[in-house]
Amino acid sequence: MLIPHPLLGLRDAQEFTYLGDAALLDRPDGLAADAEASFADYVYLRNNPAGVHRELWFHEHGDRSWLIVKRNTVTHEILGAELARDVALASRGEAQ
Amino acid sequence: MRFSGFRVLREALTGHGGWRPLWRNCEPQPSYDFVIVGGGGHGLATAYHLAAVFGQSRIAVLEKGWLGSGNIGRNTTIIRSNYLLPGNEPFYEFSMKLWENLEQELNFNAMVSQRGIVNLIHTDGQRDAYRRRGNAMLHAGADAQLLSRDQVRDLAPFLNFDNARFPIKGGLMQRRAGTARHDGVAWGYARAADLLGVDLIQNCEVTGFRIENGKVAGVDTTRGHIGAKKVGVAVAGSSGRVMAMAGMRLPIESHVLQAFVSEGLKPVIPGVITFGAGHFYVSQSDKGGLIFGGDIDGYNSYAQRGNLPVIEDVAEGGMALMPMIGRARLLRAWGGIMDMSMDGSPIIDRTPIEGLYLNAGWCYGGFKATPASGYAFAQLMATGNPHEAAAAYRLDRFTRGYVIDEKGAGATPNLH
Repeated sequence: MLIPHPLLGLRDAQEFTYLGDAALLDRPDGLAADAEASFADYVYLRNNPAGVHRELWFHEHGDRSWLIVKRNTVTHEILGAELARDVALASRGEAQ
Repeated sequence: MRFSGFRVLREALTGHGGWRPLWRNCEPQPSYDFVIVGGGGHGLATAYHLAAVFGQSRIAVLEKGWLGSGNIGRNTTIIRSNYLLPGNEPFYEFSMKLWENLEQELNFNAMVSQRGIVNLIHTDGQRDAYRRRGNAMLHAGADAQLLSRDQVRDLAPFLNFDNARFPIKGGLMQRRAGTARHDGVAWGYARAADLLGVDLIQNCEVTGFRIENGKVAGVDTTRGHIGAKKVGVAVAGSSGRVMAMAGMRLPIESHVLQAFVSEGLKPVIPGVITFGAGHFYVSQSDKGGLIFGGDIDGYNSYAQRGNLPVIEDVAEGGMALMPMIGRARLLRAWGGIMDMSMDGSPIIDRTPIEGLYLNAGWCYGGFKATPASGYAFAQLMATGNPHEAAAAYRLDRFTRGYVIDEKGAGATPNLH
């Protein structure tokens, strides 16, 4: 599989390590009243879709950036990649 | 129709005209007491045990393809009970004991062959860990034996004992472990269940659950609605997809694991040899092919095929362990979808939906568990009480903090 790195172009997936569902970017609030339940959900439960999946890949043998890769889990087709940092900042409404 | 040596002889002399299909091809009835979703090893074993051990009737197995078309037909056929943790080892030893009587019980040749498994040791730390594991196995009534370097050499002189990175210092042997004919196991359970009146319904994909007031009432399928008092789901890699139709999210990710077979060679490998440090294990089939594999690919997948880098990695592991295979040609490579759980251990439990039961999370080790998984799942569904050897396989163990993590890898399915 080749991952289209936003800064480095097409890179072999072997340069990356895989973490899992990109939903892991949204860590629950540890001080909320329901923190115990929401962390159990966050740590252990997954959507595990058959089809398009947004997932976290770490460019360990490259520039050590975290990417969010959009990939089809049925065909292994890679549909796009963006820097996880950009996505995280945008979701919090902060300037990049 | 009982199988026997006499019967084979009689058919051989009379032109093989007396063989009949092993099971009926059933049309679905409007409703059943028990519906098992998934006609693989675990589903068929569950249906068999429901009828044979727990005396239940009105049972159907629904399979979206043909019986045994999933992981029961894709694995590397190893049976063993060499686990460490108290939640696991008694269960797998229960399974091992069922394997030992499987063929007599089912009157079917599943080619169960207790040719032994040896886990190789390369360091003092690993020897300590395997000694501890061996003791845990003995505690659970299994057999275990720590082998010296010379004993491993007697067993498998062709291994590379002086690999610079991983010299072989010994091994942990379980002699009662071995292999079984994977398809034969599915066929044996299917035939035995059919003889007890279980309806095996193929080409019947479940498309949804009927749930009324928090209680399951049946399943919708590509062949219409089928009512059910109790529904058991045993669909391995598809667990996430199927349970999503009941509105549930699971502590499971689906990953692809590849396996390989070489061209047929003369008998050389005495049993199963695992080279954990090199992410490689191997056995030899009765036809002579070397059957081997390594790690899962490591990313979510439903593709039933993997990628080339893992093939290269497995081949490197094989070459490091036994350089003699360098000139053997690879015959086939294939992939199966593993229901990788968050602690590497399975789930056999009720769900929050009354009457809906889940059997999942077998990771890459479901084949060896087939008999015990079927027995324990059947007991849970028939009596409402979990089998004592499977009592730790609760769905809510993650939130309660009772994970069964053999590797200590944490909630990272691709590392188990």
